[in-house]
Amino acid sequence: MDLLADVLAWFTDPDNWQGSAGIPNRTLEHMRLSALATAVAAAVAVPSGVLLGHSGRGGLIAVAVVNIGRAIPSFAIIALALPFSIRAGLGIGFWPTFLALVLLALPPIFTNSFTAVRSVGAEVVEAARGMGMREREVLFGIELPLGGPLILTGIRVAAVQVVATATLGALVGWGGLGRYIIDGFSVQDNVRVFAGALLVAALAILTDVVFGVMERILFAAAGLRGRRAPARMEHPA
Amino acid sequence: MPQRAFLATEPLIRWGWIWDHLEEIRTQTVEHFILTGIAVGIGFAIAMGLSIVALRFRRTYGPVTWVTGVLYTIPSLALFAFLVPYTGLSTLTAEIGLVSYTLLILVRNIVAGIDGVSPAVREAAVGMGYGRARLFLEIELPLALPVIVAGLRIATVTVVGLVTVTSIIGQGGLGLFILDGLRRDFYTPLIVGSVLSVALAVVIDVALAGLEWLLSPWSRARTAG
Repeated sequence: MDLLADVLAWFTDPDNWQGSAGIPNRTLEHMRLSALATAVAAAVAVPSGVLLGHSGRGGLIAVAVVNIGRAIPSFAIIALALPFSIRAGLGIGFWPTFLALVLLALPPIFTNSFTAVRSVGAEVVEAARGMGMREREVLFGIELPLGGPLILTGIRVAAVQVVATATLGALVGWGGLGRYIIDGFSVQDNVRVFAGALLVAALAILTDVVFGVMERILFAAAGLRGRRAPARMEHPA
Repeated sequence: MPQRAFLATEPLIRWGWIWDHLEEIRTQTVEHFILTGIAVGIGFAIAMGLSIVALRFRRTYGPVTWVTGVLYTIPSLALFAFLVPYTGLSTLTAEIGLVSYTLLILVRNIVAGIDGVSPAVREAAVGMGYGRARLFLEIELPLALPVIVAGLRIATVTVVGLVTVTSIIGQGGLGLFILDGLRRDFYTPLIVGSVLSVALAVVIDVALAGLEWLLSPWSRARTAG
């Protein structure tokens, strides 16, 4: 395989490990923005999903959010974020990518948080109330710990999707690992394209694995791992 | 993308452009639909084969979902990029990528649907002399259809979204307008492509929801009663 040998040569070329276009910097950019976008989305979506789930209302909103989230292609979100970002004076590059990624991460985190709280058995909640727990105690002492694994699954799904979609940020003037693929395409450099694809795929899979390990560590002790719902059905990017 | 000439004064929509490009918009919408249809069709055939194997030999279900799960996790642009050196900037590249994203969803739903058939029904059919193949085709598959179609809906909507990305590897479809808008710093095609791809996803989703409803008269009777 000529290509694979060239790709290996690309990875061992010290030039590709230096400067702003080097692998370390591009990877760091990619990880930083993905982490930031996922964190901001989680800060918004976890509380709102949990509170709505606790209140027992908003089932229709949750369904609507799932469907809308699924129907909007991630490429379209990133592209649409560009004109709005420019009009808001935020320019190209970081802001349109960041805004799009946050928007993309909201639906899976919100619906999983909502479902997590909602799927705690009514009899458990009743028992807690019967024991004299107040609403706040029911929420923080019962619903959140029991729903924890599912909430984390939502964040995991969102994070993987964000890492994947951040690749497209290269089309709206941002950096990250997508640069290798997009720039490689435009100069028809298959080696760079392939190397970039390897890096992006590795980062996406690594994200998934890290969250998987986190779930195990956090919830194995509590014996709650059985409650992981088939929630990975969000669309890939 | 060279210099960024996007201006805050550029209107979001230039209706004149849309009016002048109606024919092309129609062509690319059809192209988008076709690319989606081919991917879901082939994906369904492969998923059905994989599911039959997984149902027959339970031990293979784990590996099958693991492999399709890894494919599902790889970002689409990266997956296309892996294929380009081998299959070029071609429809084949696009379709291989698109098909691989349907597999996990479809296999899970087909297997779950067939697993959901009540053992009593299965036993009754066997008692009536149904062989394995007839049991599968005439009893299990029809009963599993609503769950399978639900999987088809998710897979199709997913593929509609991913087809937009195939414009980056030189394919047609509505992503072409999005990419064109980005390349020429021109909002109108970008918005047209985005809005139409969402609309196409919604239309197909609703159509398949209708199909799901038609295919499961028993659940309809239940909700009606």
